Amino acid sequence: MVARQNTIPRKPVASRIGHILLWLVLILAFLFYLMPIYVMVVNGFKEAANVSLSTMWSFPDNIQSGGFAEAARKLWPNMQNSLIMVIPATIISSFLGALNGYLLSKWKFPGADVLFTIMLFGFFIPYQAVLLPLVRFLQTIHLYGTIPGLILCHVVYGLPITTLMFRNYFAGVPTELIEAAGVDGAGMLTIFWKVMLPLSVPAFIVVGIFQFTNIWNDFLFGVTVVPNPASQPVTIALNNLSGSFSVDWNVVMAGAVIAALPTALVYIFLGRYFVRGLLAGSVKG
Amino acid sequence: MSTSELVKTQKDASTVSPPRSKRPWLSERLQSFLLLLPSFIATGIFVYGFISFTIYISLSNWRTLVRDMSLRQPLLANYADLFAMPRWQADLRNTVVFTIFFMGISLGVGLGLAILLDRKLFAGTVLRNVFLFPYALSFVVCGVAWRWIFNPEAGVNILFNLLGINPLLAAVGVGPLQPGWATDPTILLKVNDALALIWPAAGKLQVQFGVPVAMIPVAIAASWQLSGFVMAMYIGGMATIPEEVREAARIDGATEWQVYRRVLIPMLAPVTISLAVLLLHTSLKIFDLVYTMTGTGPGFATDVPAIFVFEMMFKATRYNLASAGAIFMLIAVGVVIIPYLTSSLRKG
Repeated sequence: MVARQNTIPRKPVASRIGHILLWLVLILAFLFYLMPIYVMVVNGFKEAANVSLSTMWSFPDNIQSGGFAEAARKLWPNMQNSLIMVIPATIISSFLGALNGYLLSKWKFPGADVLFTIMLFGFFIPYQAVLLPLVRFLQTIHLYGTIPGLILCHVVYGLPITTLMFRNYFAGVPTELIEAAGVDGAGMLTIFWKVMLPLSVPAFIVVGIFQFTNIWNDFLFGVTVVPNPASQPVTIALNNLSGSFSVDWNVVMAGAVIAALPTALVYIFLGRYFVRGLLAGSVKG
Repeated sequence: MSTSELVKTQKDASTVSPPRSKRPWLSERLQSFLLLLPSFIATGIFVYGFISFTIYISLSNWRTLVRDMSLRQPLLANYADLFAMPRWQADLRNTVVFTIFFMGISLGVGLGLAILLDRKLFAGTVLRNVFLFPYALSFVVCGVAWRWIFNPEAGVNILFNLLGINPLLAAVGVGPLQPGWATDPTILLKVNDALALIWPAAGKLQVQFGVPVAMIPVAIAASWQLSGFVMAMYIGGMATIPEEVREAARIDGATEWQVYRRVLIPMLAPVTISLAVLLLHTSLKIFDLVYTMTGTGPGFATDVPAIFVFEMMFKATRYNLASAGAIFMLIAVGVVIIPYLTSSLRKG
């Protein structure tokens, strides 16, 4: 840091040009990254009468509800579907991941790492390779076309990554804590419940946000496991809205904003944990 | 890490170490295994069981809504049919082109942004948060937004007029910049003839191999969403490199640029490898974004294997062909991911 400040007086002109270039690039990147969001918000607020492709970049004449009222009316049932899917799926997959991660890091048995790696591959597969049998399986157990069916998919296919994240987290928790509790006569599950769970609140926040975002943003399971449009999650409803010729363009843009809102709010208010989840979920190399 | 080391040294320092629990190890290992068993069984069925079933369908005669589980002769006939299909050939071409553009842009832009933000900057945190923001959104939202930005009658093409690029071009006598983007069926750099020289079977290809220009806007949209993730991973990696390393390089007379070029970027190689693997596997599986943004495109110019499998499976009900496509995708992902997973297992 000190050395970097020392270089500034040495080459004042070059560094000033460098500084201007740096900011030029950063401002252009800033505008580029916000451009699609600007397009969605600005056009979402336009009234159906004023929305046209040629005025796509201009502000709405007057800020009113624009397409939001109609988009909210159309997407609200699907937003509810997404909510009743994402909340239980996130909680269950995080909790099971915590138990698995604890066992795999603190109570290793021979072959545990190999079994875990085989399990972890399940996170990376293209789900197209399991969809046909999955649909048949869900039909057999009468969960096809239902939100509980979707929850089951997200829990099972979410297990590898939640287990990985908790396994890495618990690996950093001192084993002495377990040994001390073991001396007091506590069993494996008692230690998990009484010692490890209270310690893992930060990990639960990180994993919970990671799973919430992943599950909310899912498209493939929603569109294949639930064929009835009224029961589908909001990502599929938004795609249907976007492909429909009878819906005005401002409504689609408003709908995109609405569908993006939950994960966007999580990102804005809990961004710190979101980034930690990214780094933890990317499998250390 | 540091806490556990601390506890360890404290323990070594104390002369009286607590006696180890007397319960037999075997039963503890067995108990741990039994508690994990439900998760292993669930993964076993939902991943490996279902994959096996899909492999079987990919070898079967099941090609309509009527279930036919008899094996088709010869054994790999569905795969032969698949690779003879012009649409599938176009999909493979599109995946290669998409991967090159998407990985090139995401890695380049992500690393560039990480380096630019790697200094004390006014509003540095705000910028970093803005660049990562698209990653929190779904591919569907991303596809819906970019579909309008790359609409030939709107979006960036209007921006070319507004920003004075087209008036400027008109002034020097060049036609206006009005690309058709994802509606443009053009294939650039056609390579079929060249390919046929080194690989005679290429003469039988049903589609033009080259660069479908319609794939470029899709790669830009995907990079918009994932380059922030690349940036965040590089920033995370740079944070683990001690300041002394930079100091040492500067004392040796390295310029700021050389510090990155010769010292930091090579030290970030493990991050680059992880990112390359993750981005490559994303691009082999890419589905929602393309499906909502452009669909299959003109002459399948933006079709990808995932869309092919999805449509064959749930619209055309060609189950054996769809399964063959899905298994090919799985093999492609496996080739990328399995070495990566086994190497991180070996490292522990």
